[in-house]
Amino acid sequence: MTLFATKIGIIMPSSMKENQVTAEKIFWNRRQFINNFALSSAGLALGASAFSNDANAFSKDSGFTTAEPLSSEYVVTHHNNFYEFSTSKSKPANMAKNFNPSNDWKVKISGEIEKPGDYTLEDILGFTQDQERIYRLRCVEAWSMVIPWKGFQLSELIKRVQPTSKAKYIEFITLESRSTFPGQSGGSLGFSSLPWPYKEGLRMDEAMNPLTFIATGVYGKRLPGQNGAPLRLIVPWKYGFKSIKSIVSMRFLESKPQNTWNRSGPKEYGFYANVNPKVDHPRWSQARERRITDESFFGVKKIDTLMFNGYGDQVADMYKGMDLVRNF
Amino acid sequence: MKPTDLSYKLLKVATHLLSFIPFGYVVFAIVTQSRLLGADPQEKVLHLMGLWSLIFLLTTLSLTPINRIFKLPIIIRFRRAFGLYSAFYLLLHITTFFVFYLELAFAQLLEETIERPYITLGMMATILMIALSVTSTKAIQRKMGTKWRKLHQSVYFIGGLAIAHFIWQSKSDLNEPFWYLIWLIVVLGYRLFYKLRTSN
Repeated sequence: MTLFATKIGIIMPSSMKENQVTAEKIFWNRRQFINNFALSSAGLALGASAFSNDANAFSKDSGFTTAEPLSSEYVVTHHNNFYEFSTSKSKPANMAKNFNPSNDWKVKISGEIEKPGDYTLEDILGFTQDQERIYRLRCVEAWSMVIPWKGFQLSELIKRVQPTSKAKYIEFITLESRSTFPGQSGGSLGFSSLPWPYKEGLRMDEAMNPLTFIATGVYGKRLPGQNGAPLRLIVPWKYGFKSIKSIVSMRFLESKPQNTWNRSGPKEYGFYANVNPKVDHPRWSQARERRITDESFFGVKKIDTLMFNGYGDQVADMYKGMDLVRNF
Repeated sequence: MKPTDLSYKLLKVATHLLSFIPFGYVVFAIVTQSRLLGADPQEKVLHLMGLWSLIFLLTTLSLTPINRIFKLPIIIRFRRAFGLYSAFYLLLHITTFFVFYLELAFAQLLEETIERPYITLGMMATILMIALSVTSTKAIQRKMGTKWRKLHQSVYFIGGLAIAHFIWQSKSDLNEPFWYLIWLIVVLGYRLFYKLRTSN
């Protein structure tokens, strides 16, 4: 285990709390496929059969995993931009304690598809395949993490509901409920942080890209409320705000939907929001990012931001010929 | 209460001790590696130091109205101390930004100051604040004469710059910075009201 841990670059700084290290060890023991991956990428001999039997097997250039050090479970679950709870990044962890969606969570899937309807979480998990992905998450605020997600590829769900030829975009909507989400009421002076409910959108080809994922878990556990339980979109080459949380609606559309941040700040947040070190946010540079590895004071490292968050091989083709400065 | 009283001396000691609490809290959290500062301690320190600088600045500006309303001239003696604590937390705020966000790249500090308006405002406030701090001694005050008063009146302007910086950097939530804006409006509004009333 130690050898593998070193291979895939897990760091365990002295600052980490004992229980956290234990939790992460258990997690890694269970994640055999990652060891397989580490072995193969290290060039060690490994029978092809080990891969052919593994549902999670994937080739090295799929972008489905990375050898970078993981962000600790604590930072992943205690540093959350979830404005439905609070604009503070530390508060959602505590505020979401009673937000534990069950298997009868409903997602309304509608629009330009053959099989519209209210699908429960159980239905959806029944016809999709559980997978693990280790993705970089790059927030528009210029911090980033490396996160081990559990979930399914969005394309599986899309195929199941059979989009018609008119379906060009998908609009996603987060649950709107003031009793669940105090942040959806006005703040202490009555200012609302964003127009609710939160909405996001993807072009059909983006939604069908193999990297596009719906997370149902993180660090081998069910997705905690503050991370967007029970279904949260992950689009790793786009800024984090595209990864909409606690989804209750997916609408297939012919025309482009407007996403919440674009509505709130059209000059600062676009529809595409592809990670791009050359296009700055009007108020800060996007050239570099603060990679948060753990919660110790020196647990942050500044690194260069990569075009498409390092997923160019998998996604750049979709944007050929597009002006990425105008379509930010 | 006179400056020679024991109670004044105790008040003075208590004021200084209390003023170091935000700093002590941050140092304690870092040294003990507790999770008091959350998952991104550097960002938390950046924001806390900036916020406390603003709180001390607004406290400084509140002393004159409090004295006029409640007749507590003794508190005016704390104006300089609170002003210097504001400068102290402002320097910690800037240092955190320069060391951890800009990794000591001075060229980038200049670039950010020129390109990002909210940083331009913050830097203007900092330069003024340093000017006020170094000229805050009695000796320099005497030497500068009437110029001193003019220079130190820029503290109101610093307050405005600080609030504008706070509002401008926030992504979408205006509730918190607007509370501080209200505080600034109240203390400046009182001065205007007092001036109009006494000139009549």
